[in-house]
Amino acid sequence: MINTISILLALSSLFLFGSSRIRISIRVVIAQGFLLGIAFLLHNEEHLNSSTWTIAISSMLLKGIVLPWLLTFVLHRSRAKLEIEPYVGFGTSLFIGVLLLGFSTYVAWNLSLTSTVRAIPPALFSTALFLIFCGMFLIVTRKKAITQTIGYLVLENGVFATGLGIGHEFPFIVEMGVMLDIFVGVFLMGIMIFRIDKAFDHTDTHRFNTLLDEIAPEHNDSEDMESAQ
Amino acid sequence: MMLWLLICIPFAAGALSYFITANRVRRTLWFLAAATHLFLSFMLAFQSDVDTVKDSWLAMDALSRIFLPLTSLLFTAATLYAIGSFENSHGGKSDTAANESVPRLQPESVFTGCMLVFLASMTTVILSHRLGLQWVAIEATTLASTPLIYYHQGTRSLEAAWKYILLCSVGIAVALLGIFSLALAAGGVTSELTVESLVTHATRLDPRWLKLVFIFILVGYGSKMGLAPLHTWLPDAHSEAPSAVSALLSGALLNCAFVGILRVLQILNAAGMGDFGQHILIFFGLFSMGIAAIFILRQPDYKRLLAYSSVEHMGIIILGTGLAQGGMFGSLLHAVNHSFVKAMLFMTAGNILAVYATKRIDGVRALKQTAPVVAVLWFGGFLAITGSPPFGTFLSEFSILQEAVRQERFVTAGLYLFFLLLVFIGMAATFSRMTFGAPQSEQPAKKLHPWSLVPPAFLGIAALMMGVFIPEQLDALLHSAAELITRGAL
Repeated sequence: MINTISILLALSSLFLFGSSRIRISIRVVIAQGFLLGIAFLLHNEEHLNSSTWTIAISSMLLKGIVLPWLLTFVLHRSRAKLEIEPYVGFGTSLFIGVLLLGFSTYVAWNLSLTSTVRAIPPALFSTALFLIFCGMFLIVTRKKAITQTIGYLVLENGVFATGLGIGHEFPFIVEMGVMLDIFVGVFLMGIMIFRIDKAFDHTDTHRFNTLLDEIAPEHNDSEDMESAQ
Repeated sequence: MMLWLLICIPFAAGALSYFITANRVRRTLWFLAAATHLFLSFMLAFQSDVDTVKDSWLAMDALSRIFLPLTSLLFTAATLYAIGSFENSHGGKSDTAANESVPRLQPESVFTGCMLVFLASMTTVILSHRLGLQWVAIEATTLASTPLIYYHQGTRSLEAAWKYILLCSVGIAVALLGIFSLALAAGGVTSELTVESLVTHATRLDPRWLKLVFIFILVGYGSKMGLAPLHTWLPDAHSEAPSAVSALLSGALLNCAFVGILRVLQILNAAGMGDFGQHILIFFGLFSMGIAAIFILRQPDYKRLLAYSSVEHMGIIILGTGLAQGGMFGSLLHAVNHSFVKAMLFMTAGNILAVYATKRIDGVRALKQTAPVVAVLWFGGFLAITGSPPFGTFLSEFSILQEAVRQERFVTAGLYLFFLLLVFIGMAATFSRMTFGAPQSEQPAKKLHPWSLVPPAFLGIAALMMGVFIPEQLDALLHSAAELITRGAL
């Protein structure tokens, strides 16, 4: 069952490499949130208690409902176009995605075969690595702030899955703290996407180029005055 | 119990001050919370009885005894300075009429609230001995400081804040992987991820996974500490934030990330794998220094100059850490010195900005005539940050050099000196032009609030004192902390 979920997770991330619609990408993130929650419950099948239930349900609520809803809200309210604008084309992205999947499977198999400490389920572990690579790739190659936020969520899903694969549980308070951090982080990012949209009339971070060192920035008095306290 | 108070007081005060609209009441609360925190942290740090404050979640060891009072002292200084600079900006309200169009929703209450929550999370980072909790706290420092960087609400600060939150969050996610790997390395040995229990069982941890742990943590927390090549967010964030915040980001927050790395280094050393870490640390240290030196040489913006100087000094600190015990003492001492000097310089830079209303080096001339007090602080700060003899930085930089030569690492020592020289040349040109250059046709005149001058002056005197004589207790603390980290346990 865990293997099925792992494969679904990997396929859904591969889909992100080729998808050109922001709304569909958000739906993929929703699916991942629920899949991870189920995986967490399956993993703790033998000792289900109130704290594992709380963690699983709040994780599903957060990653499957609240954060995607927040992103959808931001998407509708900002004037961003609904297409993803990549630096690397979708075909190339997909190809790189397949390579990354192969690479993470290779690494995960090696690590889990040679692990003397504890048995690691290779399928889940390789998927987790793949999600992390996928998140980083999306952050680096997508132009819009909102797609970078989606990349960050996928990365966080990957880290969560790694925790599952390695079979380590934090104390309840730490687990909730991690979730709170992610929630506040994405919430702040959402607010900032609004502001970026208002201030720049676009949400493309590649046009963020006022703070460069190579070119002496054009002297802008009003900006400086504003920062003068 | 007392340790929890250190976290709860600023947190509660922060939550409360978000709802207070009266400036005077809120600022009083802010100052009271900072002063209480300062008093408590000094009292607890000098309490010799360790066991009474030992707790499974929070504990006080030599390392926290150094960094907790330091952070608290800087925060109190920044509080006074921020209140003073708010007064400065009220005095010049008519000048900034052009920016009235920028919407502000009670920014000062949000600012105060975030500052205090920022203090609470930094305290947690320093006191926490559970690596999971420490991770949560480090991420919380990022989240609490993002609104602070965005305080001016301009397009430039927005850009800086976006880079800051995204790059730091990704970096810290990598650190979480490191903590998971540590749990795996400790599998079956100990289920508690506290520094103490891991150090006790260090030799039984899986060495291959431990190497991976160290790399993940160094990359993760290193990006938060501003080590090149993971530093790209730092010059933006530190230069666009209000100066009181820049002082804290450079002086206190970078240290917190350093503490995060040191905790894992302690475990690595206890496992007898210090050699593995050393090469990586020396490389990162030299690389950061080199990159910073290049950007300092041709920098048109004086706050960015200071930010790059922070990258350089983090490089020095990490390099010292890589040189085992003798270097560890030097790097801890340097962390303390750097905090004093850099906080002072950022506050002074804020004063210059208030007078000249520009961050361009070209726009600032003849500081000596325009604002003599600021000029003294600015030039004194320059001498201190480049490690000139009467200041504490000279001692710490010299002891790191000495250790490198003693270990016959001549290439490291040579590169270290070369980069220090480059930085000195770059900064000397800039600082002397700004302080002594020929006056411009029209000189701005502005009266600065005394509270925006007293904190940097105090920090400058502290930096000078550190060079003349180090208090006995601090010296003993630095030695025992260096031993704690290099031996794993006392």
